[in-house]
Amino acid sequence: MGVKVIIPTPLRAYAGKQESVEVQGATVGEALTALTAKFGDLKKHLYTEDGRLRSFVNVYVNDEDIRFLQKDQTGLREGDTISIIPSIAGGA
Amino acid sequence: MASKIEVPTKTVAAATSATLSNEEILRYSRHLIMPEVGMEGQLKLKQAKVLCIGTGGLGAPLGLYLAAAGVGRIGLIDFDVVDFTNLQRQVLFGSGDVGKPKIEAAASRLRDLNPDIRIDTLETRLTRENALGILKDYDLIVDGTDNFPTRYLVNDACVLLGKPYVYGSIFRFEGQITVFAEPDGPCYRCLYPEPPPPGLVPSCAEGGVLGVLPGIVGTIQAMETLKLIIGKGQPLVGRLLLFDALAMKFRELKLRKNPECPACGEHRTITHLIDYAEFCGIRGEEAEAPVTSVPEMTPKELKARLDRGDDIYVLDVREPHEYQICNIGGHLIPLGELPLRAAELDSSQEIVAHCRSGKRSAEAVEFLRKAGFRKLWNLKGGILAWSDEVDPSVPKY
Repeated sequence: MGVKVIIPTPLRAYAGKQESVEVQGATVGEALTALTAKFGDLKKHLYTEDGRLRSFVNVYVNDEDIRFLQKDQTGLREGDTISIIPSIAGGA
Repeated sequence: MASKIEVPTKTVAAATSATLSNEEILRYSRHLIMPEVGMEGQLKLKQAKVLCIGTGGLGAPLGLYLAAAGVGRIGLIDFDVVDFTNLQRQVLFGSGDVGKPKIEAAASRLRDLNPDIRIDTLETRLTRENALGILKDYDLIVDGTDNFPTRYLVNDACVLLGKPYVYGSIFRFEGQITVFAEPDGPCYRCLYPEPPPPGLVPSCAEGGVLGVLPGIVGTIQAMETLKLIIGKGQPLVGRLLLFDALAMKFRELKLRKNPECPACGEHRTITHLIDYAEFCGIRGEEAEAPVTSVPEMTPKELKARLDRGDDIYVLDVREPHEYQICNIGGHLIPLGELPLRAAELDSSQEIVAHCRSGKRSAEAVEFLRKAGFRKLWNLKGGILAWSDEVDPSVPKY
């Protein structure tokens, strides 16, 4: 399935400065693997050393958090949008 | 999943606050002529008590619009002092306020805007020791903070006290806004169970921010606060509003309550406030900081050696747009590009690395040392210290 991954501002430097990237994948896990294969530097910002998604990075398929779907096994349909939403704290 | 949030606005009100004076009716006429607000809504605003944590980028529009709207009691908490660099976005302050405690300047401005309301000033840092005692006096808590430990502290305190928490955060050109409200809604820990490791997400001082961004996000927080008080419209409970200023796009994502959330879930393990600096990994980081082990050269020493004609390679590891602001003639290789471009350096030469304040260049020196370079120095205090100690014509930024 061709899906669009929206890259949040803090991570764009590691994704060739792009706001979004098109990847292929049947599940969220596959799509993110394709993304980090394309942009190696992104991997350590998204995943821990033992391959788990970092807890301060949330991933959504369209408007649903994958933690409340099937996590990285969440199935994708053509044209879905994956959003990566890291925790930010600025305010002063 | 619309939830009714009960914001208790019936306090033990004195006779005066249960009505509006003629002057107040005139002041708020533009509210009163709307059926959605009317006298009932304005009285709710008058009786409401809102705590604004922070009077900076987010706190400025927040304080201004809550005061303008007639929120009867506004608590301001901030321990900081107005700095010149704040004026680019912290619009509560003026040039004459530089050096003053923010709380003083903020209260003065808000009292001038609306002398009828009560402004509580708390010139203190919010801590695990004082948070519950401070928050309990208010109906609603609004987040104008700029760091993770305080956000988790405020969240946990709000969950323990049962207070709605209007959240807003920014980074460069993006913002997030939502309302965390029990019992139906999620809390901050449902959204982000853990913070990022320190240093991964830069602050506004380190990463920069377009000044108007907190203005937009803080104003949305003010709007949500007012809606919660008057009980009208659909609040952002269970909805994460994302704002991308460059694309000028708003998006909305669903926020769900996590049944296993340690703070607000079915089996709560957070029953009191914890050490948030430790939770956010800050104590650990401080203990391991390798910066002091990097060999340093002061700006005066570098100047003396350059004047003497020593063969020194000045390596500037800042970004190109910083080089344009000011430079001392160094060779520019941004820190991120150093791994790829280290081959441009001559290990037989003495290399003095510098950045803005000395932090990035310390990382550069550490990287080059591991790559086998030996004649390395970090310029202590960076180009800021060069400006202070050697050449004041070099602008600071």
